[in-house]
Amino acid sequence: MNYEQLLSRRIQEVQPSGIRRFFDILEEMKDAISLGIGEPDFVTPWHIRDAGVYSLEKGFTKYTANAGMSELRREIASYLSRRFDLHYDFASQIVVTVGGSEGIDLALRCLLNPGDEVIVPVPSFVCYGPLASMAGGTPVYLELKAENEFRLTPEELKSAITPRTKLLVLPFPCNPTGGTMDRADLEAIAGVLRGTDIMVLSDEIYAELTYGRRHVSLANLPDMYERTVVVNGFSKSHAMTGWRMGYLCGPAPLIRQMLKLHQFGIMSAPTVSQYAAIEAMRNGDRDIERMRDEYDGRRRYLVEGLRRIGLPCFEPKGAFYVFPDIRGTGLPSDEFCERFLMEEKVAVIAGSAFGPGGEGFVRCCYATSMKDIAEALTRLDNFLTNLKKKQARA
Amino acid sequence: MTKLLQLLEEDCTLTPEQLASMADRKVEEVKAAIAKYEQDKVILGYKAIVDWDRTEREAVTALIEVKVTPQRGEGFDRVAERIYQYDEVESVYLMSGGAYDLIVIISGRTLREVAEFVGQRLAPLEDVTGTATHFILRKYKEKHLIFPKQEEQKREWIFV
Repeated sequence: MNYEQLLSRRIQEVQPSGIRRFFDILEEMKDAISLGIGEPDFVTPWHIRDAGVYSLEKGFTKYTANAGMSELRREIASYLSRRFDLHYDFASQIVVTVGGSEGIDLALRCLLNPGDEVIVPVPSFVCYGPLASMAGGTPVYLELKAENEFRLTPEELKSAITPRTKLLVLPFPCNPTGGTMDRADLEAIAGVLRGTDIMVLSDEIYAELTYGRRHVSLANLPDMYERTVVVNGFSKSHAMTGWRMGYLCGPAPLIRQMLKLHQFGIMSAPTVSQYAAIEAMRNGDRDIERMRDEYDGRRRYLVEGLRRIGLPCFEPKGAFYVFPDIRGTGLPSDEFCERFLMEEKVAVIAGSAFGPGGEGFVRCCYATSMKDIAEALTRLDNFLTNLKKKQARA
Repeated sequence: MTKLLQLLEEDCTLTPEQLASMADRKVEEVKAAIAKYEQDKVILGYKAIVDWDRTEREAVTALIEVKVTPQRGEGFDRVAERIYQYDEVESVYLMSGGAYDLIVIISGRTLREVAEFVGQRLAPLEDVTGTATHFILRKYKEKHLIFPKQEEQKREWIFV
């Protein structure tokens, strides 16, 4: 069979992630320290796990409503209003999805027509561009700048808008940069969007991991609610990555269409996870704060450590990543990461993996123990000292 | 700086630099605060939690309910002091409720060692009117640390 001829052209045009080889090396390595995986190191809090276990014991194993259990959607509505002042009707404006990723896919597929342009600020999580392409759209990558702490500025946004622009992806707090947009930053973006028909997909999966301030959603701003689809989920806020629980919220006419697609593609999100998620929404606020507090301490420690070693980085106010500037080493980011892994057995991810604009930086995830962070910093110091010596000799 | 105490209570192996970052203070401030806490006996000491069952060494722990006659003017303090001075005594707590007054936790190398301590040292104290000894059969959790080995999910690589 000639699979290349059989497969869809669209999927073949999607570039695979370039760091597979890196992970293969890492897998073989026994005592490597990883600041690589972007995942909470906490186990899901017990009361949430217990709610899942209890639902299984009771035999609650059937499908739920397509949009997710109404009880869960009510809890999500109450949570969003309580914590972010976002107001959505549980019956018509919320769909429970299989992780935030499904939500992103649904939103893109339901909004894009062939030729529609999607502005994707980069560096950012890798899924937006490929999913936009698969949905028939055209991703337009917009490089964010380190000197702006990787925030999206109104000038940058204006420069990327064309008559074909359909959608702006707003991935803040941002993976991999840790950049955030505060109210004033969003006001400036809203100023550009007002009066246009450009829609916004606001990926707020890291909303709870915002340090020293409350997260603000674009949907909180005047005239923005109608054009914004919010994606959120339980993975990062409640350390529930493996439960695959996310949700989409937005204007009812959009959510109705997204629900249609979800119904055909997924049926309903896993029932056991939905029961656990209800408990997370009802009694999980303290867990969020406990984990955020812990990340916050590690964040400061890692930023201070990197600066002490001599790698410049801005202080990230969100997510659980620091994105130091490695341009001073003269190495491209993928070579930096591969050599750091081979020589010192520490995994960090090349900024170039997160799209154009990420080159010259590496992503260090601090969702790992203080002990590992401390050891990784010592090894990094070592690596940089040896590198300088080698470069001086050459 | 109660944040500092919380952090140390959770993990006293954190370095002053780590503590400073986590409590959002300067390293010098943290060092000074710890010295002061130690001096004021707010921090009494630093110890490892050991699971002796994983070693060759035998260890027995018992929890003893002790009923005592309180002393005029000194309440339970004097008798408690006479008990906690023994090296074998790990902890002593004054308890509410009517069944007994003090809980004494002692650890020894063998069952006999513990029994002898209770029979020969504790019970004969003049203010002690009764004891009930409960041997600890298995420790599951102490100071938020879990004793049975926890199975960890095998982490395979995923790019997120």
